[in-house]
Amino acid sequence: MSGFTITDLSVKLGGTEILHSVDATVGSGEWIALIGPNGAGKSTLLRSVAGLCSYEGSIEIDGREVSEWSRRETARRIAFVPQAPLLPPEMRVRDYVMLGRTPHIGEFAAEGVSDHEAVDRAMRRLDLGALAERRLRTLSGGEQQRAVLARTLAQDAPILLLDEPTNALDIGRQQQVLELVSLLRSQGDLTVVSAMHDLTLAAQYADRLLLLAQGRLVAAGAPHEIATEALVATHYGANVRVVGEGGALAVVPVRRSG
Amino acid sequence: MTSVTGEQAVETGAVVPVGRRSLVPVVGAIAFAVVAALIGLLVGPVHLGLGAIAREALSHVPLLHVQSDMSSTDKAILWQLRAPRVVLGLLVGGMLALAGGSYQGVFRNPLVDPYLLGVAAGAGLGATLAIAYGGGTVDSYDLLPLAAFVGAAAGVACSTVLGHAGGGSRNPAGLVLAGVTVVAFLTAIQTFVQQQHTQSLQEVYSWILGRLGTAGWHDVALAAPYILISSAGLIAHRRVLDVLAVGDDEAASLGINVRRTRLAVVAFATIGTAAAVAVSGLIGFVGIIVPHTIRLAIGSSYRIVLPLSLLVGGGFLVLADVIARTVVSPAELPIGVVTAFFGAPFFAIVLRSSRSFS
Repeated sequence: MSGFTITDLSVKLGGTEILHSVDATVGSGEWIALIGPNGAGKSTLLRSVAGLCSYEGSIEIDGREVSEWSRRETARRIAFVPQAPLLPPEMRVRDYVMLGRTPHIGEFAAEGVSDHEAVDRAMRRLDLGALAERRLRTLSGGEQQRAVLARTLAQDAPILLLDEPTNALDIGRQQQVLELVSLLRSQGDLTVVSAMHDLTLAAQYADRLLLLAQGRLVAAGAPHEIATEALVATHYGANVRVVGEGGALAVVPVRRSG
Repeated sequence: MTSVTGEQAVETGAVVPVGRRSLVPVVGAIAFAVVAALIGLLVGPVHLGLGAIAREALSHVPLLHVQSDMSSTDKAILWQLRAPRVVLGLLVGGMLALAGGSYQGVFRNPLVDPYLLGVAAGAGLGATLAIAYGGGTVDSYDLLPLAAFVGAAAGVACSTVLGHAGGGSRNPAGLVLAGVTVVAFLTAIQTFVQQQHTQSLQEVYSWILGRLGTAGWHDVALAAPYILISSAGLIAHRRVLDVLAVGDDEAASLGINVRRTRLAVVAFATIGTAAAVAVSGLIGFVGIIVPHTIRLAIGSSYRIVLPLSLLVGGGFLVLADVIARTVVSPAELPIGVVTAFFGAPFFAIVLRSSRSFS
């Protein structure tokens, strides 16, 4: 299990500062949802933690700076799923899940017994056995999402970063994917950080919410403390009602006129 | 629990790793290359029987005491004319197909071929300069391959430098655009030199269309070391190329150093292609048709595509050469004409049949 600490993190992309002096601590085994309006810096924060862009400040995992690790060492600790994962259409599901073993296989070596076992385990947990030999292009959206999750599980990394994991899924699939992440987390001692647009789902599934706006961390805390009508109005410019609590908390948009 | 999963796996054929799946195609591809090589040795204006070739070959194996019944003329035809041509065809065809498949993987673009980053244009310029300025004074047999090789490597080096200046390490499209720019520039110079030396037009033209006709063991010895080293380097990257298929960011998050990998693959593919082009001219189409036919027929994993491209590409070029030297015998067609003439329709058929499957 692993958590990580972000101290005074700033990221510039092409001369523009995307993140300004962000501080945050993610506890081992926690599920954190990053929320915030478009362009707030959620994806950039995830990419920095995954070691995919250069940053100023510090991101420490297990007491060591992320930027000091080799790509392979980082990949053994952090699995990252971007907003729209690129699925090679002709690749078979099992071969795709095997890609998750890349950081554990020597660069020019072949996969071994332990890699096949890890892939079998991941496929079993996501119920993909019957789809193993199917090509990725023949899968439905939900099945593809499961294949992506299986790949990240096969990676055996204690930290899972998900950028908009429910993007482009219908409401039923959204729930299924998040339930699945929740189940995997409870079974596998995963630390999960997910960037999310849907505030209701973020509040229902995450332990804590981090609210980013214009590259700054503006609020952090339990879902009922952050998903409030006042904060959402201030940072999203949205008119909402917050109803229910806990697993039934919902952020409902309310029409301003009429 | 495990036994249930095992049974399910057998029923659905679920657990078949890539390695085992590729055994049958690899054996088939080896057989294809061997048969093509035999046809290359057998077919020609002078008839040499299969039995005679076998006895002649075995007579060189120590301790077997097989007697060859070949005349010395036939021996010369076999060992000095046909054998080097077949071996060079295997090497050049295999290299072009392997480099094409690798380029397509590293740029995630199915339409790129090994000439993308300026290998052909650079080699063309080098060869044209050698023919135009070196023909009269220096034995062009020695100068031409060297000039073509240096030109090819320089062309790709220019593209790489220009591509990196334009952010090419993060964005493969930048490198491709740099390649297009360099190709246009080098081709312009080449055309200018060619126009200034119209007496060499014929020779430049025949080199550009590709040929194995003048192949001797000298050419094989010249190209083989580069081709063997770069083939080994590219095939070693076959699994990494599969990882690159998920995009630069995801490949990096899986532990791949994307920039270093792309440079290594481009370097190996360039050295091998430059050596192939240096001894055989610009033979087109092999780098596109062969890897794609394998993808459509067998699968898209580079772990299969790359080794099979090497074998099938070699066999394909030997067969193309047999056609090039028989259809208008005793004259010869440029082999590039044959690969394009038979390759393009063949590729269209493969493309059509695969579409009806999907």
